[in-house]
Amino acid sequence: MKVLVTGATSLLARRTAEALLARGDDVVCLQRHPAPLETAQVLGDIRDADLVAGAAQGCDAIIHAAAKVGVIGAWEDYRSINVDGTAAVIAAARRHGVSRVVHVSTPSVAHSGHAIVGAGADEPVTGRVGAWYAESKAIAEQQAIAAAGDELAVVAIRPHLVWGPGDTQLVGRIVERARAGRLALVGHGAALIDTTYIDCASSALVAALDAAVPGARCVGRAYVVANGEPRPIRELIIGICNAAGVDVTPREVPRRVALFAGGAIERLWRLRRATTEPPLTRFLAEQLGTAHWFDPRPARDDLQWEPTVSVDEGLRRLAVWFRAQAELPGP
Amino acid sequence: MVSGQGRSGWVPQRPSAAQFQRWGVDPGWSQLVTVPGSDGVARTWHVLDRTPPAPVATIVCVHGNPTWSYHWRSFHERLGDRYRVIAVDQLGMGFSERTERRRFADRVTDLGDVLRALQVEGPVITAAYDWGGPISLGWALAAGDQLAGVVLCNTGVAVPAGRRAPALIRLAAAGPMTDLVGHRTRIFVDGTLMLSGQRVAPVAREGYRAPYRHARDRHAIAEFVADVPFTPKHPSAAAIEAVAEGLRSLRVPTLLAWGARDPVFNDDFALDLGERVPHADRHRYAGMGHLVVEETDVAGLVDAWLAERVIPHRAPAPDPVVPVVPAAPPVWAALDARRADTATAFVDGATGTSTSFVDLHNRVLGIAGGLAQLGVQPGDRVGVLVPPSVDLLATVYACWRAGAVTVIADRGLGLRGLGAAVRAADVSWVIGPPKAIAAARLLRWAPGATAIAVGARSVLGAACTLDQLAASGAPAPTPPGPDDPAAVLYTSGATGPAKGVRYRHAQMSAQRDVLAQTYGITSTDRLVAAFAPFALYGPALGIASTIPDVDVAAPGTLTAAALGAAVGSVEATIVFASPAALANVNRTAHGPQPQLANLRLVLSAGAPVPIATLRATAALCPSAELHTPYGMTECLPVADIDLAGIDTAGDGDGVCVGAPVPGVAVMIAPLGFDADRVVVGVADALVGPVLAGEVLVRAPWVSEGYNQLWRTEHDARPRTADGRVWHRTGDVGHLDTQGRLWIEGRSVHVIHADAGAITPVPVEVAVEGLEGISKAAAVGVGPLGCQQLVVVVEHAQRNAGLADDVLAERVRSVVKHPVAAVATVRALPVDIRHNTKIDRTAVAVWATALLAGDRARVTW
Repeated sequence: MKVLVTGATSLLARRTAEALLARGDDVVCLQRHPAPLETAQVLGDIRDADLVAGAAQGCDAIIHAAAKVGVIGAWEDYRSINVDGTAAVIAAARRHGVSRVVHVSTPSVAHSGHAIVGAGADEPVTGRVGAWYAESKAIAEQQAIAAAGDELAVVAIRPHLVWGPGDTQLVGRIVERARAGRLALVGHGAALIDTTYIDCASSALVAALDAAVPGARCVGRAYVVANGEPRPIRELIIGICNAAGVDVTPREVPRRVALFAGGAIERLWRLRRATTEPPLTRFLAEQLGTAHWFDPRPARDDLQWEPTVSVDEGLRRLAVWFRAQAELPGP
Repeated sequence: MVSGQGRSGWVPQRPSAAQFQRWGVDPGWSQLVTVPGSDGVARTWHVLDRTPPAPVATIVCVHGNPTWSYHWRSFHERLGDRYRVIAVDQLGMGFSERTERRRFADRVTDLGDVLRALQVEGPVITAAYDWGGPISLGWALAAGDQLAGVVLCNTGVAVPAGRRAPALIRLAAAGPMTDLVGHRTRIFVDGTLMLSGQRVAPVAREGYRAPYRHARDRHAIAEFVADVPFTPKHPSAAAIEAVAEGLRSLRVPTLLAWGARDPVFNDDFALDLGERVPHADRHRYAGMGHLVVEETDVAGLVDAWLAERVIPHRAPAPDPVVPVVPAAPPVWAALDARRADTATAFVDGATGTSTSFVDLHNRVLGIAGGLAQLGVQPGDRVGVLVPPSVDLLATVYACWRAGAVTVIADRGLGLRGLGAAVRAADVSWVIGPPKAIAAARLLRWAPGATAIAVGARSVLGAACTLDQLAASGAPAPTPPGPDDPAAVLYTSGATGPAKGVRYRHAQMSAQRDVLAQTYGITSTDRLVAAFAPFALYGPALGIASTIPDVDVAAPGTLTAAALGAAVGSVEATIVFASPAALANVNRTAHGPQPQLANLRLVLSAGAPVPIATLRATAALCPSAELHTPYGMTECLPVADIDLAGIDTAGDGDGVCVGAPVPGVAVMIAPLGFDADRVVVGVADALVGPVLAGEVLVRAPWVSEGYNQLWRTEHDARPRTADGRVWHRTGDVGHLDTQGRLWIEGRSVHVIHADAGAITPVPVEVAVEGLEGISKAAAVGVGPLGCQQLVVVVEHAQRNAGLADDVLAERVRSVVKHPVAAVATVRALPVDIRHNTKIDRTAVAVWATALLAGDRARVTW
């Protein structure tokens, strides 16, 4: 099978491309900058419809992971990259008769601010102001799902909190803050949070690719994938810090305070048009302070997928990686 | 369409499809029907009619005042795929045509007219509440063979004997008040919603109020109230009286589904209907109110009831395999046998007074004669509020001897629970000390009952004293037979209101015999009942008994000294004590207790007995065998194990309760099986992978059923294909290869994880094996089917919250399932009576809040 992977500079897309290569698939990548992958690479902007179409030519399937992530920046950037970029991928698939598209989405498209306790993949919510990432991804997912039909099998996959060796988003930030002594928990850190070890997230995308044949049950549906091992967020954070060799006792910030502070910081950042990452947003405070875990059965049943690396095994691998990093000559 | 806004002759605007959907009604059910009336006038009716392709029967639902067909939407939802469900809006009500005044007789005719217009064919079941009750019955009694069943919820056809019409209705019907509360204001509409014991959801309130927003919509509400006949001269009095009397000829299956917390149609009305329709099945919802159909799953009850009684599809009811055994002698036979014996039968631990068998026997016969003379009929229910004493024994055996049914509530229920039990049991007589009688009067536990005082003097409101009865000299009446009802027992349940458990005499005799056989009890034995109700077994077994000097409401305060004194007072050979009581005896023993040295048997039951308690007790009572019977109020004993047996069984999944005692059949059924279908379980010892399932039992001493809880009884008594009826214990467990039964928890506490069911007890046993952990609870959080396992550990020194990583790691290392989180609390919630049964439901609620990131409050 020949597969186009977009956004392959991200950890998840890169690992997925590697997994596809390892099992003998033919892989083409599309992203702005060269990725450390031994595949054909098309460099450019996901919003360039002709470029995307050119890359998709001759492919059997597309894994669309290219996206703008973050909490700062202009709506127009999020919209054009995440919404128009997805439209370009769908159009390219249509033009060249690509029959399978795996759209990489995010559980935050359905984020309501309430605890999620064993829920499925709820409908995307739109109309948010400020949380441009979630808003643009929600519109993009709706668009991708709407494109599913008899000719084109589209599946949306929402990996929840991907982490692992080399991950700069979650692991990187936690360890950085812990080292700086700035790590705080919202509330007592008891909220149960499910996460996805990187190898599980990539295997889920591969499983979705295999399951996405026209007429299959998963076509036109969204799935949350995660390890299915929710843990109190406090345990996860301490586990990650321990893996990094950082001994930490996080401070506890009452949830109301965190929500208020997150909102205030967000407004301040917007007023100042700041270009640095804010330390806390209301969205983040909600995410950290409330449970987020999902029903594993839909993904298991419809995608024939099960996580292969447990949270504990993942933490062990992370510790090995951190030790190896420490032994590397410094920059 | 609305043709003017006059008094009558117009039809209100029907709600839009969107409105119906918002209120939980499929707009497709809503229909307007033009009905040619018997009086020659055509009128427009609004009905909610759901008709499946080939309905097995039609259910006709009639609402009361001031609701509308909306009240029955749960029936359409639940039953409408198999039954045609029609709920009508009575004329002038809901979205039916506003008409001139309709009196009761008109409304009965109207109902017939609309059903004819709707071409109702085949068998019909009526369902009604409030004033829909008499109207539906008016039609039903004239329906002939078409009528297949009757369902009545909170209604009445007559003011019950000995009481006045409901005060609220009398007030509302008082002259000008009727117009004010019913028509001009929304007081009656809103008040009805408030009468509901459970809150009616805001969106449902909107639905209920919708047709009655303006005064012009509400003429019929006031007229309905005014149509309640308070005097025989009322124009509708004769017609309603005819229905009330006609009910006595009703022969079809009838179900009374009652909300007990209804200030209007309270239990007295249910009792009145039950008296008119003696074959009626009853389900009484202790916590529900006037709008019981809105408040709880009456539709589900009706579904199960129709399948059982009206449109049968379950295995046949008769039990063809009951072995024909000669009926065992009655429960008082052993007492009779010792009627000339001057040996001690009972010693009162508090006063030290002893009573001989001859005196006890004479007192029982005397009271039995007195009861009959006073008018106690066979089958009458007697609330026994007598504290543990010789009077308790005499009263209970006298009632049994006279054919009365004793209602006995465990003191562990507390005053409220006691009252709820007496109220639910419809007692006609109350026997107790003046204080108990005063409480029963004051708190209206049994307003219609006649009181008999225990003590020297009679009290205000009591008909006589127990002593007067005993001295009456009247001969004891003809004794009841083995199939006659004997008792209703209330014991403290883990959650919810206590359920009354009904026993027949044959079942009690069988229980006595199995206890005697299992424990080798002979007339040379003497019993200390540290759990007071157990003293009642003394006369049945023909052995002396005593109750130690201990607060009956707190048997866990029994000291070694008090137990020693009690043992000494009767030279006891057997002690029965709750695990909590034994634990306290061990705590307060401080060295050997000579008086306990000669005991031959110590029994402890009611809750799992910690092994440490058994070992400590064994050390105190060197000659005694330590047995823990396993059973429940509905069936005791099921199995038995002694200390040596526990040691032999060793570790396993759950708690080993031993082999079933002879005469008991145990079956393991699949978790969550459907009680409406034939149950297929595993009856023999399992070989190979051991699967946990629900524990079902059969024995001659299994109780008859529950009191006024048709649904509970139905669900608790499934049948196998051979027609055998089983009792569902509510426990989960398995049988091992030796045929021993292991209990793994309550079925409601099973954790339904994605990878399969996890039973709590094996997890708890593993965690409690860790050094320094004495008590743990395994609970599930999240939706069934993908629940996460959480272990909550009791830890006196830590605040309630997440456990630290060290403790979490230790717990995870001994549990074979994935553990999402480990938490600690200072004390786990346990039942008052045994102090050992963990209320896992409360723990789960707390853990769910904690792990959702919410503020978690310890509520126990």
